[in-house]
Amino acid sequence: MLASLVRLAPLWRGSKTMFRHEWIEKNAILLLVLTLLTVAIGGIVEIIPLFTIETTVEHVVGMRPYTPLELMGRNIYIREGCYLCHSQQIRALKDEVERYGHFSLAAESMYDHPFQWGSKRIGPDLARVGGKYSSDWHYAHLTNPQELVPESLMPKYRFMAETPLDFDHIAQHLRTNRVVGVPYTEDQIAHAKEDLLTQADPAAEADALMKRYPKAVVVPGNPKGPTEMDALVAYLQMLGTLVDFANTSAEKLQQ
Amino acid sequence: MPTKIEKDVISGRDTTGHEWDGLKELNTPLPKWWLYTLIVICIWGVGYAIVRPSVPGLFSYYHGTSGFSTRAQVTADVAAIAAGRAGSMDKIKATPIEKIGQDPQLQAVAMTAGRITFANNCQPCHGAGGGGRPGYPTLASDSWIWGGKLAEIQQTITYGIRSGHPDARVNQMPRFGADGILKPAEIDAAADFVLSLRAGTKPGPNVAAGAKVFAENCVACHGEKGEGNREVGGPNLHSAVHLYGDSKEAVVAQISNPRQGVMPNWNTRLDAATIKSVAFYVHSLGGGQ
Repeated sequence: MLASLVRLAPLWRGSKTMFRHEWIEKNAILLLVLTLLTVAIGGIVEIIPLFTIETTVEHVVGMRPYTPLELMGRNIYIREGCYLCHSQQIRALKDEVERYGHFSLAAESMYDHPFQWGSKRIGPDLARVGGKYSSDWHYAHLTNPQELVPESLMPKYRFMAETPLDFDHIAQHLRTNRVVGVPYTEDQIAHAKEDLLTQADPAAEADALMKRYPKAVVVPGNPKGPTEMDALVAYLQMLGTLVDFANTSAEKLQQ
Repeated sequence: MPTKIEKDVISGRDTTGHEWDGLKELNTPLPKWWLYTLIVICIWGVGYAIVRPSVPGLFSYYHGTSGFSTRAQVTADVAAIAAGRAGSMDKIKATPIEKIGQDPQLQAVAMTAGRITFANNCQPCHGAGGGGRPGYPTLASDSWIWGGKLAEIQQTITYGIRSGHPDARVNQMPRFGADGILKPAEIDAAADFVLSLRAGTKPGPNVAAGAKVFAENCVACHGEKGEGNREVGGPNLHSAVHLYGDSKEAVVAQISNPRQGVMPNWNTRLDAATIKSVAFYVHSLGGGQ
């Protein structure tokens, strides 16, 4: 049967039907339009269901937008290219779950613009690094990684501890995130600067911050005002800590 | 359209009939094995799409006849590992930590589980072998802050130190300098006294004055002779290992504005049997009591 199919192929090419593929091949614009259409079908079939299927992003308890300080830390994470060596995606494989904890959920990056899943693992995955070490450890480690992990290849980021955080536009930054779908409230935007300073100052009253952003980690900071390292540590300390896994089950996480 | 299909003299094959400025192309069909492989793969692909989750719809997707799901698979895989370990780990969980050492087999399992878990979770702070670093206590000597008995170590690992957990070990050394409790001269003297407690240290000039400051402010936690108090986590100041440094500057800094180290509570990341194993391993590093 296969052999006969092969033999039939030239007949189709030479047939005198109305449709001639030659027309497309000889008309560059038509070829371009039809190529785009064909590719678009693939895209549409793959992408549209992600928006319409309800379980694409799991329904879990605990996710909240980033605090202003965490958001600034995230920007620094992206600026420094941390994603080039660290992934933030614990894959659904037993070895990964054994080492890093519960596999990552789509819900856990739903407020990420852009997400930091990454694919390179020169360093360990950071999806659940929050709370694994003390904040002091992160400061010491970012300053000189080899002091704590002798075999580490990570560069030293001492300068971050000396660079004041530029957060003049933090409120607008929150607002911009809201435009692309992060549900920041007017209250959160109005208190952005205040929340940022509170999170970098252990002496400050943090109740309002904790109410707006549960589980936020207040970092040690320093009297001169928040540094880039303060922001980055605040971000690292919340990674993977938000979802309440006690309140969920394997069935609920079925996509 | 191919117009002039002709037989090539040299190869004996037909040409495609196309001609470009005198150049002609041989019509060489795909190798049969290649073509058949392609067809077989296409057929297999259709079968695969039927069996496995494949085609997305608008509000759901085709789940496949096998009902396979990566997440269900990994949950089952992890459960299978746990079941494989259950024999030993359940036994560790049920055995009082002091008695694990009496069963050689149980001891071997606890040491292995403890060593691997320690390397992944504890080593970044406490160093390989629990050697410790400035700010991160050594686990290989007997200079324990919160106690070096098996159960005490287990307690520390489970709930952490200043971790925010309600059962965490917490103490707070007052900020004697930053809050103006002591004058700089008094702090300086107290530092001289503290350093004089360590064998082999040359005493500073104000040891006597420092002893008085110490007696009035420090004994509640550090003990009358600076021997420490593990009940409240007051470090032993006679120890050869000072957590935040042995220089006078370091001691003055610690009295003035103390650093308060944090250890996470591990009960949210590790199960009870694993924590017990880590405690057993840490106890074996050289400082266990």
